[in-house]
Amino acid sequence: MGNDKVITANHLTKSFGDFIAVDHISFEVHKGEIFGFLGANGAGKTTAMRMLCGLSMPSSGEATVAGLDVYKDNEKIKKSIGYMSQKFSLYDDLTVKENMQFYGGIYGKTDAFIKNKTAFILEHLHLEKEANVLVKSLPLGWKQKLAFSVAIFHEPEIVFLDEPTGGVDPVTRREFWNMIYQASEQGITIFVTTHYMDEAEYCNRVSIMVDGRIEALDTPAQLKITYAAASMDEVFLKLARKAKRSET
Amino acid sequence: MAAVTIENIIKTYGKKKDVTALNNISFNVEQGELFGIIGPDGAGKTSLFRILTTLLLADSGTATVDGFDVVKDYKAIRKRVGYMPGKFSLYPDLSVEENLNFFATIFNTSIQQNYDLIKDIYIQIEPFKTRRAGKLSGGMKQKLALCCALIHRPSVLFLDEPTTGVDAVSRKEFWEMLKGLKQQGITILVSTPYMDEAKLCDRVALLQNGSILSINTPQGIVDDFANPLWAVKSSSMLHLLNELQATDFVQDIYPFGEYHHVVMKNESGKQALEKFVQQHQSENILLHEAKPDIEDCFIALMKN
Repeated sequence: MGNDKVITANHLTKSFGDFIAVDHISFEVHKGEIFGFLGANGAGKTTAMRMLCGLSMPSSGEATVAGLDVYKDNEKIKKSIGYMSQKFSLYDDLTVKENMQFYGGIYGKTDAFIKNKTAFILEHLHLEKEANVLVKSLPLGWKQKLAFSVAIFHEPEIVFLDEPTGGVDPVTRREFWNMIYQASEQGITIFVTTHYMDEAEYCNRVSIMVDGRIEALDTPAQLKITYAAASMDEVFLKLARKAKRSET
Repeated sequence: MAAVTIENIIKTYGKKKDVTALNNISFNVEQGELFGIIGPDGAGKTSLFRILTTLLLADSGTATVDGFDVVKDYKAIRKRVGYMPGKFSLYPDLSVEENLNFFATIFNTSIQQNYDLIKDIYIQIEPFKTRRAGKLSGGMKQKLALCCALIHRPSVLFLDEPTTGVDAVSRKEFWEMLKGLKQQGITILVSTPYMDEAKLCDRVALLQNGSILSINTPQGIVDDFANPLWAVKSSSMLHLLNELQATDFVQDIYPFGEYHHVVMKNESGKQALEKFVQQHQSENILLHEAKPDIEDCFIALMKN
C-alpha cells in the first residue's frame, strides 16, 4: 500500500470551547476508493470534512490529504482537491461553458486545457446544445451531473461530495453514481456523504460517525455481518441510536 | 366532504409561461388522511403547497381546502391551515418560547389552550425554550416549526419537505410524530423526495415534472408494478450490470442497494435469466425474486 494513501487521519480532533466536535478520529482512504462518510446530523461529519479540505485548523492530531499536511499545507490542499455540495456548486447566472471556464481559471489551468476539457465534458454529458444557456435554466439532475464534472475539472486526486444527490430523482441519482464509478476507475478518490442508505452500499468502505468518533469503519458487507443487520439502513440505525449528545 | 380538492390546476412561470410547474393536476384528500406527495426537486411540490395555502395563484383550475375556495375564501383558509415551508421560516432572533407565543397570539389563541396538541413534540425542545430559534440545531428547528404550525389547531396541516437533509434516525422520529397527529384527527399533506417515506402514508401521489405519475395507496402503487422483478448480485457488479443490460429478456436494470434490480420484459424470460446465472457461477452470482418498492415503481413510471 504505502504510497496509495490519499487521506490519513491520526487522532484528528477539533473542539470548540468545551465541545469536542470531532474526537480523535483515525482512518485512511486509498487511491481510487469510494469512501462513504456517514453519521447523523451533528455527529461531526461537516467539521471533519472542513479540516480535511484545509478550511478549518484541527485542535490536535494529524492528517494528510494528497500527501499534504493539513496544518502546514492547507492552501496547497485546496488546489489538490475537488469539492461539491448539494447546496452550492455552480453559478446560476453564468452559462454552462462559463462555469467551466471560471473553475478552470481559478485552478490555474491553461486556456488549451480548459478548451479541451470543456469540449470533452459537454460531449460526455450530451450538453453541447446547452453550452451557452444559463445554469439556472437547467433541470436539477443535469445541474448535479454538471457540478460533479466541474468539481473534477482540474483533475484533482480526491473529490469531496457533500450530499451530492439530495432531492434528485431516482433515475438521475443512479446516473450520478455511474459518474462516481467512472471517476473512481480513473483513479480519483471519492469521499462522499449521503443520507440515502442504499448509496452506502455503493461505497467500497463506509465509516459511521457517532458523537464525534468513528464508531464503525468497514466494507458494507462486513458491517452488516458485524452488526447482524440485513441492510446498511439497519446498521446505521443501530449505531446512530447510541448517540448521547444532541445535535449542535 | 373532502379536506382538500384539486381540479385541473395549471401553474406556469416565466414571462412566456414556458416553465410548467404543475400540468393539469387533480386529486382529493379525505378528512383525517395522511397524504404524501412524493417527488424529486423541481417536480412541483412547493408550487402545489403554495397554491393550496393561498400564497400563490394558479394559472387555471380550482382548489378547495376544508370546503373553502383558495382564491375567494383565502382569509378563511389562512385561519384554519397550518403550513411548514421547506425553508426555515421562524424568527431567528426570537426565543423558542417567544416564537410559539407569537404564532399563538396572531391566531388569537394561547399556548395553554392547545398545549395538548403539541405537548409530545414541545417537551423535546422545552429545555431550550429560552434559546434563540436561530441558534437551534436542524432537528430542534424542525420540531419548533411543527409546533408553531400546530398551535392554532389547524384542520389541515401542510408540511413541505420536513425531512429533507435530515438523517435516517431523525426522519423516523419525525414520522412517529406525524402518526400521533393523525390520531388527533388532523388531515396532513406532506411532501418528500425520499421514496421510502411513501409507505408511511395512507395514500400518495407520485409527482414528476408537474404531472402525477400515479396516485394510490402505497400497496396499490406497488401492486400495479406489472413486470417480474429480480434481485441479482455478484463479485463484479459493474460487469453484471452491463452484461444483463445487453440481453434481450431484460427491460431495465439498475443498482438497488447491495443488489441490482432486474426488470424482466415478461414471465418467459425467467429461464433465460436462470441460464445466465448458471453461466456466471464463478463470479459468486446470487439471484432471487424481489418485491418492487415505491422507488422501483417511480423509476418504471418515469421511464414510460
